[in-house]
Amino acid sequence: PKPGVMDPVAQSALAAIADFDIQADAVRTLKKYWIGGLSDEQLEPLCSKILANDAIEQVIVGPLDFDRLEVGSPYEFKLLTVPIRVMDEKALERLALEGQLYLSPAEMQTIQAHYRSLGRDTTDVELETIAQTWSEHCSHKTLAGRIRYQDPDGERRFENMLKETIFAATVEIREKAGPADWCVSVFSDNAGVIRFDEKYNVVFKVETHNHPSALEPYGGANTGIGGVIRDPMGTGMGAKPICNTDVFCFAPPDTRPEDLPPGVLHPRRVMRGVVEGVRDYGNRMGIPTINGAIYFDPRYLGNPLVYCGNVGLIPREKSFKHPKPGDLAVAVGGRTGRDGIHGATFSSAELTSQSETLSGGAVQIGNAITEKMLLDVLMVARDRGLYNAVTDCGAGGFSSAVGEMGEQIGAEVWLDRVPLKYEGLSYTEIWISEAQERMTLSVPEEHWEELSALCASEGVEATVIGRFVPTGRLVLKYNDRQVADLSMEFLHGGRPPVVRDAVYTPPPIEPLVLPERETWDHTGELLRILGSLNVASKEWVIRQYDHEVQGGSVIKPLVGTENDGPGDAAVVRPVLDSRRGIVISCGMNPRYGDLDTYWMAAAAIDEAIRNCVAVGADPQRIAILDNFCWGNTDRPETLGSLVRAALACHDLATELGTPFISGKDSLNNEFRPAGADEPISIPPSLLISAIGQVDDVGRCVTMDLKAPGNYLYQVGPTKNELGGSHFALVESLSGGQVPKVDVERAKKTFAALHEAIDAGLVRACHDLSEGGLAVAAAEMAFAGDLGARISLAEVPKSADAEDAPAAVLLFSESNTRFLVEVPPEKAGAFEAALAEVPHALIGEVIDTGKLEIFGPPTTIPDEGGETGIPLVIEADLKTLKEAWQEPLRW
Amino acid sequence: MPQPNVLIIRAPGTNCDQETAFAFEKAGARTELLHINRLLENPDLFGQFQILCIPGGFSYGDDVAAGRILGNQIHHHLAEPLARFKADGKLILGICNGFQVLMKSGVLLDGDAENGPAATLTYNDSGKFEDRWVRLHVRGSKSVFLTGIESMYLPVAHAEGKFVTRDEEALAELDAAGQFVLRYVSQRGGGGGVAYPDNPNGSVADVAGICDTTGRVLGLMPHPERHIDPTHHPRWTRGEAGPVGDGLKVFVNAVEYFA
Repeated sequence: PKPGVMDPVAQSALAAIADFDIQADAVRTLKKYWIGGLSDEQLEPLCSKILANDAIEQVIVGPLDFDRLEVGSPYEFKLLTVPIRVMDEKALERLALEGQLYLSPAEMQTIQAHYRSLGRDTTDVELETIAQTWSEHCSHKTLAGRIRYQDPDGERRFENMLKETIFAATVEIREKAGPADWCVSVFSDNAGVIRFDEKYNVVFKVETHNHPSALEPYGGANTGIGGVIRDPMGTGMGAKPICNTDVFCFAPPDTRPEDLPPGVLHPRRVMRGVVEGVRDYGNRMGIPTINGAIYFDPRYLGNPLVYCGNVGLIPREKSFKHPKPGDLAVAVGGRTGRDGIHGATFSSAELTSQSETLSGGAVQIGNAITEKMLLDVLMVARDRGLYNAVTDCGAGGFSSAVGEMGEQIGAEVWLDRVPLKYEGLSYTEIWISEAQERMTLSVPEEHWEELSALCASEGVEATVIGRFVPTGRLVLKYNDRQVADLSMEFLHGGRPPVVRDAVYTPPPIEPLVLPERETWDHTGELLRILGSLNVASKEWVIRQYDHEVQGGSVIKPLVGTENDGPGDAAVVRPVLDSRRGIVISCGMNPRYGDLDTYWMAAAAIDEAIRNCVAVGADPQRIAILDNFCWGNTDRPETLGSLVRAALACHDLATELGTPFISGKDSLNNEFRPAGADEPISIPPSLLISAIGQVDDVGRCVTMDLKAPGNYLYQVGPTKNELGGSHFALVESLSGGQVPKVDVERAKKTFAALHEAIDAGLVRACHDLSEGGLAVAAAEMAFAGDLGARISLAEVPKSADAEDAPAAVLLFSESNTRFLVEVPPEKAGAFEAALAEVPHALIGEVIDTGKLEIFGPPTTIPDEGGETGIPLVIEADLKTLKEAWQEPLRW
Repeated sequence: MPQPNVLIIRAPGTNCDQETAFAFEKAGARTELLHINRLLENPDLFGQFQILCIPGGFSYGDDVAAGRILGNQIHHHLAEPLARFKADGKLILGICNGFQVLMKSGVLLDGDAENGPAATLTYNDSGKFEDRWVRLHVRGSKSVFLTGIESMYLPVAHAEGKFVTRDEEALAELDAAGQFVLRYVSQRGGGGGVAYPDNPNGSVADVAGICDTTGRVLGLMPHPERHIDPTHHPRWTRGEAGPVGDGLKVFVNAVEYFA
């Protein structure tokens, strides 16, 4: 690694060497390769692009010539000011760009006006603090800003779009619930908090770390999961992390290298790096990674998406924090270095082929063990009541941590006291560094001694870096020299409102025309869908994550006779002597977004909830999170597609009574290849994460078929909705109706199915999603190593699918549908429970080791002159499973 | 029945300590989690306990090699008190990373001066960390922890669990001494060697766990504490789980040893 880049092995080695009573000043790890027979032209790219990543690593060709490891040189204090008052528009613009502030002209002018009124210039650190506090990443100014939205139904003006859509839904739900309200703290703290049982609440947060992962996949994903774990740790008085989730979006791994624009890493390398980054952090922290998904689309080429989530458990009485005037600001955990400078503002920038060199500083490497040590002492300190508030140092470092904690009070920070990894950091670098594994505590003076002793006893560094003082100002000092004096009011309330236009024009609905064919090879189509990247088995990834640590695993991500079938949702028991469980699932479908982002969002919500319900979660106790990853929302049509998705979030959540409790957005996910004038924008990517609960984990079910002779029911009607389907994908068909959601029916269906599962009437249950009924049936069959015989004629249908061809009944991706295995003796009770919603007995479990699906009766004779009931799919389980496992078996 | 005291050692990166403590308590023991620093400060603390357990995790990040740094600390500073602990007829259990620590610290196998340790644990043949369930066969009755157990179904979750011996000779000696008490067996039946993934890491002789010459020290890669509840079993929804998890007996045996 380059000097200054986190080097965990070196840190441990240093400790180990000291254990031998040998004195060592510095350690750095190196990898040595012996390479022969290559020209310098071949050697250079090999070294800088494949063996090393020059964003974080240093390549030395030939003998190691240095005789010392650079550990930084002493810093000489010099107060830097920026003559912002006298700048013209051009100069302001240049300042915003070259200073990597990524602020708009209006914002720069507001800052200028502020300093003119103060009659002084701004210091560099003041400007950085404002830029970081006002960054999209920290203030969500676009979505929480003013938006004029137009669609065919007319115009709507938002003062605060998120507040009036997603938050509003939660508010309505909570008011309806009254005393039964089980939300505790939503959209306020570092993570959403909901009720779990008599003793505990659970908290959930999902973050993205896209741009860093594009530059350095391992480090980006590594610090992505490390960062989101600190969110629950920094929620209330600190929650104990109990499980992780991760969802990735990549370009297809078989992308041809010659198609790679300069400055772009190959998707296969990005995927490997990201998976390893999440693996190494999650596993070392001892947090099970239990749920996830991976989506592939060429448009993620230069801008992959890395969503990381963490769930935490917190005692009910510890769910809120109250920093008090006079408290000490204490930094705990890792030391501060140059890593991650400008991460918060960088996330608002468009990626270019230059990003690698420009923003390498924004890339960080984590050290999970430092964070684990921090977690261990934090939990003890919390239970001993040694602090009044805790928050993590995420984007913006101390600047955001202390800034947020002291927002209502005021704070003075002594930057020279901050422990550093190496010499030479300026006061500004110290303030905005995003070095990992750091948290800030608000500690009453009388508890400082005990806290510092506790930390020392486990080798965790804790340092007083300032004090929360009731001045309403943020004052920064370096060796008693004042370097910043900002009013909290201007910092948090001074940003000019962002006003944006948003337009949505629905694309004309082109009918999806099935090509004329003598005979359809539906078995072949099924195999191709099973082998398509989004559907194919992700076992290669899942096995590398420890999904059982902490000892509460109930339903694992992989289920079935060979422990390798695709479970709908994972279940854990966070409290080992209790039977109560947490259910985690997700829903996402960027393909629908190309047709209509409203229904894309609706489908994602429906999918996340039905995955939860399928394993036994109580639909009355499911909460969801939104993570919007979009392109450049300066374009009205791009913002329009996002607003439309947010409207769907409001409508679905309110109707279903499923509250949003936390969310995050990442805009500007675009990549501009060198020389190209048009950037590549990612498809609208809304991830919905769901957290459900089960009273007794013993009543959970899995999706693998259990016993021959059992009945198979389809719950929920199939509609003619092949738009954006995986059938359309593998057949290269376009157009068609995007799957919609009948919310009223969905609510009834979830409730009825839950009643049936809870009553023990269901042996297996799987939701119908990508690939529709055919894929669900195939997955249930090979996961249970049992065959299935299904008749499409019996499938419950909506009017528009009455005489639809087999392809529609097999592959349509209509929402709120399940395939359910029920023992014959329980069929009556099951049908009674489902009486209110469309359902039908469509087949049975057989022991022939084959999946047999019979089509609707035909009157046209087939080649054999036969009329009647054609066998439209016939495949043995081995063939189906191999097709599903082969593509990503790395 | 007298309740034995179990000392569960924590170090930076230890992460299976709480569920391991829970398993011991379920088995009827009293447990205490102590940070390694406390023991380095005051080795006499060992005296208060009858059972010592080094749980799973990533002590010191597995940097340099899994279990190496904690192993060194124990070897350099706690060898003597641990020798006494053993000599007093007490029990020592190392699970996963704890097994690695017992190996690297020489507590489990005492190597000889010029040839070094008789065996060690190294990177899986698969080259990566893997979490999967394995079928284990218990061989002989040498280990106190495994009394009355014939086979177990447990999860492994590690990157460095491949057991290798210094040479054929060392292999033969340990085998003859009956110290290979836990072996991976094929889950699909069929004779011959046990292939991946049933042998998940490529261990020689399919060794999953070994005991010392006294039978009172056990190290194993699989996680018994992760299969004490029926719902831990990956196929409990198929009715394949017993009334209690296979792993619980390991802890019960340890407790009953002091009955």
